[in-house]
Amino acid sequence: MQHAQPVTVPAETLLEWYRTLVFCRRFEEQTERSFRRGKIGGYLHVAIGQEAVPLGFLSAARADDVFFVSYRDHVHTLVRGTDPGAVMAELYGKLGGTCKGKGGSMHLFDVSRGNYGGYGIVGGHIPLAVGAAYALRYQGTDRVCLCFFGDGAMNSGALHEAANLAGLWGREGLCPVVFVVENNQYGMGTSVERASAVAELARRFDAYDIPNERCDGMDVVVVYEVARRVVDQVRRTGRPYAVETITYRFSGHGAADLFQPYRTKEEVERWRQRDPILLLERRLRQEGLLDDARVREVEAWAEQRVQEAVAFAEASPEPPPEELYRDVYGG
Amino acid sequence: MPEMTYREALRSTLVEEMDRDPRVLLLGEDIGVYQGTFRITEGLLERYGPRRVIDTPISELGFIGAAIGMAMLGLRPVVEVMTWNFSLPAADQILQNAAKVRYFSGGQVSVPLVIRGPNGAGVQLSAQHSQSLESFYGHFPGLRVVAPATPADARGLLRTALRAEDPVIFLEHAALYGMRGPVPEADYTVPFGQAAVVRPGRDVTVVAYSRMLHLALAAADELAQEGVECEVVDLRCLRPLDMDTVAESVRRTHRAVVVQEQWPLFGAAAEVATGIYERCFDDLDAPVERVTGEDVPAPYARNLEKLAFPDESRIAQAVRRVLQ
Ligand SMILES: Cc1ncc(C[n+]2csc(CCOP(=O)(O)OP(=O)(O)O)c2C)c(N)n1
Ligand SMILES: [Mg+2]
Repeated sequence: MQHAQPVTVPAETLLEWYRTLVFCRRFEEQTERSFRRGKIGGYLHVAIGQEAVPLGFLSAARADDVFFVSYRDHVHTLVRGTDPGAVMAELYGKLGGTCKGKGGSMHLFDVSRGNYGGYGIVGGHIPLAVGAAYALRYQGTDRVCLCFFGDGAMNSGALHEAANLAGLWGREGLCPVVFVVENNQYGMGTSVERASAVAELARRFDAYDIPNERCDGMDVVVVYEVARRVVDQVRRTGRPYAVETITYRFSGHGAADLFQPYRTKEEVERWRQRDPILLLERRLRQEGLLDDARVREVEAWAEQRVQEAVAFAEASPEPPPEELYRDVYGG
Repeated sequence: MPEMTYREALRSTLVEEMDRDPRVLLLGEDIGVYQGTFRITEGLLERYGPRRVIDTPISELGFIGAAIGMAMLGLRPVVEVMTWNFSLPAADQILQNAAKVRYFSGGQVSVPLVIRGPNGAGVQLSAQHSQSLESFYGHFPGLRVVAPATPADARGLLRTALRAEDPVIFLEHAALYGMRGPVPEADYTVPFGQAAVVRPGRDVTVVAYSRMLHLALAAADELAQEGVECEVVDLRCLRPLDMDTVAESVRRTHRAVVVQEQWPLFGAAAEVATGIYERCFDDLDAPVERVTGEDVPAPYARNLEKLAFPDESRIAQAVRRVLQ
C-alpha cells in the first residue's frame, strides 16, 4: 500500500468533493427509499461507502477519457456530471432517463461524457474496456480508458483474458487502460478470502506483467493522488495499470440484501469510522474550511438537488410504446 | 464476370474494405504470421501491419469482448473465429454485450463488428467441432446472421457486413471455401434480409442456405429427370429472415421442403416452416417437410457421420413425400 503525499489539492476542490460526496450519498439513499416505494424496479445496487473511488479516479481523468463500470454505476455517472434528474429518471424507467428508461439502474450510459456504461454480467465489461483502450491509441489519441469492477469480478475468466490482452498490447504502448478494482470485501455475501486463492488481488496482475498497487479507497484525497499518478503514467506510456482500492459498502449488496448474514454489525460499524464523507469532513474542519453551519448548508443543498432529481423523474413521461422496437438495430 | 473461389471472394473484399476504410482491422487466432487457418487472411499481416492484423492468443472471450469495445469506440473490427465452435466461450460477450448494448444504452452506442468463420460440419471432426450455430445466434435480437452459399454472396454480404452498424454473425462453411463461381466486381453488395430464388420451378419450394443450398440444387437436378421442377430458395440471411420471398414462392408451388444441417429442435427450418404456415396455410397442398441433421452429437465414424447429416437423396425423398 502506498501512502498519501502531502495534500496538493486546492481547498476549493476539496470543498467541491465534499459537496459531491454528500450529494451522491443522499442520492443513493433516496434511490433506496424510492425502491421501497415501488418507484424503482428490478435490481438496485448502491455504492454507499464506496463513493471516494469513482470520485477520486474520475477527478483524475480528463474530460475526454472514457470509462466502463459494473452495475454499481450511479455514483460514477453522477460525479462525471450527468444530470442527476436524468439518472433518477432512468432508475424510474422514464423517457427522460439517460437511456430513455431502457437500461435501468445497471446500465447507465452517457457517451457524451465518456461513460460507456454500466454492465450487469460480473466481469463481462472488462474486455470491452481493453478494446476501447486499444481503439483510443489506434485512433492516435492520448485518451485513457478506466475500467471499474468489483473484487468478485477478479475471479472471472473475462478479467484474466482481458488482462492478458492488455499486457500484450501494452507492450506496444497500445493499451492505455486503468483497471480499478473496487474491493469492497464481498461479492454479494462471499468474502474475498473465500473467493480468491490470493487475497491480495492487485498481485494477480503480476501474472500479466501489469504494474499494480493497492490503495486506501476511503480517503478521496489518497485515491485522487494515486489515480492522478496512475492515469498520467498510463496516458504517457499506453500501458495498462491496476489499482486495487480497499473500500466497503455500508448498504446491502442490492436492495434485496436485508439480513446480511455474511458480516457482523460490528464490522460495518468499524468501517463506518472510515466513511469517506467523515474522513473528508474531518480534514476540512481541521483546515478550517468547514464548520457546522457550512455542513448544514451542504446538506440542505444536496437534499434539495436530490428532490429536484426526483421531481424530474416523476414528471418525465414513460417511454412511449414506439420505444419498444427502437434501438435494436442501427440505420 | 470474373470467376473466383469463395475464399478469394472473402479475402478480396476484406482487402478492398481495408484499403478504403482505415477503421477496419482484423483480429483472430493465427490470422497473421500463420496466414489464417483457412488462408482467408493470407498476406494481410504483411500488407497492413500488426496494428491492423492482430494475432490474438487463444482467448475468444477476451478478444471478441475487446473487439466489441473497439467497435463501440468507432472502429470496425473483423474477428475471425477459427471455427464457430470456438465462439462459445465468447457467447456471453456476443449475446450479452454486442447484441444488446445499443438497446440498453438507449441508442447511444453502435457495435459495427463482424465475426466470421466456418460454421457447420466438416469431415469426421466429431462432436465438438461439427455444429451449426445459426439458430443459436439467430435467436437474439440485435444480431444480424448471414450464411452465404456462393462466392458472389460471400462478397456481397461481407461488404454489407463491413459497412453495417450492427454486429454481424457471418457464417461461412469450410466445404465451400474452394468453390468457384462468378463474382461481380467493384462495389458489389447484397443487402441483409433478401433471400434469392436461385432455381425457378413450379412444383415445390425447397428452402436452404449455406452448404445445404448445394445439396438442394443437386436434389433438384435429380428430380428434374423425374419431371419434378423444384424452386430453390437460398435464404442467404437468417436474421433478418426474408419470409416474403419464401411465402411468395410457396404461394405458387403450394408445397415446401426446408433444409438445414443443424439439429431439428428449435432450428431454422422450424422457424421457416412456421412462417410458411402463418403466411400461406391455405395455399398449401401438403404439410411442410423438414430435412435436418439427426438429433445426436456428431459421431466420428464415417458411416455414422453420413447418417447424421442431410444429403441429396434425403432432400429428394422429402420432395417426393410432399408431392404425394
Ligand atoms: C456472471 C455473473 N454471475 C453472477 C451474477 C450475480 N451477481 C451480481 S453482482 C454479484 C457480486 C459481484 O461482486 P463484486 O464483483 O465484488 O462487485 P460488488 O457487487 O461488490 O460491487 C453477483 C454474484 C452476475 N451478475 N453475473
Ligand atoms: Mg465486491
